[in-house]
Amino acid sequence: MLQRGIWQVVRVLSCLALIVGAVGCGAKSEQEVRLGVNAELTGSKPTVGDSCKKAMELLAEQINQQGGLKVGERQIPLKLFIEDNEDKAESAAAAAQKLISQNNVLAVIGPNASGNAIPAARICEDSGVIMISPWSTNPKTTEGKKYIFRACFIDDFQGQVMAKFARQHLKADTAAVLYDVASEYNKGIAEFFKQFFEADGGKVVAFASYTTGDKDFSSQLTTIKAAAPQVLFLPNYYNEVPLQVKQARNQGLSCAIIGSDSWGSQELLTLGGADLEGSFFSTHYAPDIATPKAQEFIKAYEAKYGKKPDDVAALTYDAGLLLCNAITQAGSLDRTKVRDTLAQVREFEGVTGKMTFKGGGDPVKSAVILQVQNGQFKYFASVQP
Amino acid sequence: MKKSNQASERGRLGGWYWTLGSLALLALAWLLPASGIMNLYLQQVLMYVGINIILTLSLNLVNGYMGEFSVGHAGFMAVGAYVAAILTVAVFPRAWGPVVFPLALIMGGLAAALAGLVVAFPSFRTRGDYLAIVTLAFNMIVKSILENINAVGGPRGYMGMSKLSNLVWVVFWVLVTLLVLRNVIYSNLGRGIIAIREDELAANLVSVNTPRLKIYAFCLSAFFAGVAGGLYAHLLQFINPRSFSILKSTDMLVMVYLGGIGSLAGSILGASLYTILMELLRPLELWRWVVGPLLLVLLMIFRPTGIMGLKEVRWLQPTASEETGWGKVARRS
Repeated sequence: MLQRGIWQVVRVLSCLALIVGAVGCGAKSEQEVRLGVNAELTGSKPTVGDSCKKAMELLAEQINQQGGLKVGERQIPLKLFIEDNEDKAESAAAAAQKLISQNNVLAVIGPNASGNAIPAARICEDSGVIMISPWSTNPKTTEGKKYIFRACFIDDFQGQVMAKFARQHLKADTAAVLYDVASEYNKGIAEFFKQFFEADGGKVVAFASYTTGDKDFSSQLTTIKAAAPQVLFLPNYYNEVPLQVKQARNQGLSCAIIGSDSWGSQELLTLGGADLEGSFFSTHYAPDIATPKAQEFIKAYEAKYGKKPDDVAALTYDAGLLLCNAITQAGSLDRTKVRDTLAQVREFEGVTGKMTFKGGGDPVKSAVILQVQNGQFKYFASVQP
Repeated sequence: MKKSNQASERGRLGGWYWTLGSLALLALAWLLPASGIMNLYLQQVLMYVGINIILTLSLNLVNGYMGEFSVGHAGFMAVGAYVAAILTVAVFPRAWGPVVFPLALIMGGLAAALAGLVVAFPSFRTRGDYLAIVTLAFNMIVKSILENINAVGGPRGYMGMSKLSNLVWVVFWVLVTLLVLRNVIYSNLGRGIIAIREDELAANLVSVNTPRLKIYAFCLSAFFAGVAGGLYAHLLQFINPRSFSILKSTDMLVMVYLGGIGSLAGSILGASLYTILMELLRPLELWRWVVGPLLLVLLMIFRPTGIMGLKEVRWLQPTASEETGWGKVARRS
């Protein structure tokens, strides 16, 4: 009798354990929204990775403070898995694969640089996992892929914006370009600028290049000076531009100087100083005319990290917001459903302006042009696509 | 009489071990992913390990066995990667992909071997630090050329390859590299190559044809680096010149010296350890670059020749029958 009783208890208990186990397992994937961050935390662009990580952590903190992300009827907290891709193609692919296979993430934010984003995009696409690159401007990243998105405009658009700006606003007929031939971003924009500037009736009189890490540009600048351009386009990174501008001014080049979104770092102003005064560049958003939404973000970011967010931080935040918004709208954690919602997002208001997706992975969004005034970035104009 | 019988018995057995071992490894490389026991991430990491083993083994031939200091191995890898990728994307029809893949790899390897000549000829006249500069320059030249050819994407990189690399192919090429290099090193050729390391002048005096051996060594080393490049290109499905910079060559050097110069087993160990360790340390983010190099420094303090420096495990040394059969092979030390 006693034995039977014990058996009964054991049976009931094991049934209970099974049920709890099953529910526990089933609920586990629904208990949190798992997002991967594939960022350049080490390597040659650590500030990019750092901003990317910080912006995502801020977003996750904000959402989790409100109890989590609304999915259907429930509030589910976000859980971030952050991986370093060392700014290397193979590590970016490995990190993406790790996030997918080991951490079973719903979506991946990053990588940022196109050289890393392209191989990582291949992995995500093959596994049917959503990937949003905040900063990759190479058209190839999303081309022909279903699950890959980006939060920024592409190189073609930026080249076009600056060509138009040089032609119409600066009234330039001739332009010169000095760009880094070893970097895909610089070369891409330089070529698109040339193409659009010439299509618009202008003439590119000098198209000079150098290689990453060069410190002396005098031979290229001599050629450029001899061609006497009305505007000089420098689509190069913020750490190199000040040196180029300084040398150009020393050589007596007095023409207007314009640049691209790679200028958008406070470093540029510290290094460049007075030489950059009056120069223009295109970028993703202007902090001084920020919308309430952007202001809120800038304030929260400054409060948490003690410094102003840069482009990458703003774009990463937007990428995260876009994704969370799509998850809530789809009301499900199903990757295909979220992907379909994301591809149809209309007039989404992010920190960096309004974004619309037309079925593909590239957003339609506007660019802004900033000018360096009194050692600060000042909003100058908006350019619609 | 009895003794030689025994020897040939051991030789045959040794051969059997090799064949069976290789087949078992290949079968595992196919079974584990196919059965789903091994997830895609583990496969990816193991393929990196395999590719790094090929690179380390081939670099060890030049740096470890021949005693030259080549620091531009990524240049050969780049040549192989681009040639193999162009062949499968632009030359052969896409549908033939899996069938012509080995051919594309071999062609990539041959192209790299041809590039190996560029380094081999200067090596007749320069040694040591100066040859290191030549190889460094070679690596930079390859990278710059690729950056300036728009037909292969320039700095934006080249893509469009199908994912033809899989664990079976990687394991297969690791085995081929290991077998070929082992047989070369324990042959007459290999003895000559080692003689160059010990004393080039003396080697010349005892009629070792050093120029020819240098050509062989550089080309063979470049060939396998090229094959590894081809596998890499078809694994990532994207290659850009930046991936084949000096940093990549440095990684290979680290793996060679970590595992130990002049040791095949050391190369396997060095490449596997370094690749897996760096992958495991990934969550440390920036600290990884403190922990990883620190381990290397400690290793160099306590084992200056690397884990297996100038030593070889038994199963990679020729068996008795091979020794008697070839006559010229040096005895096991």
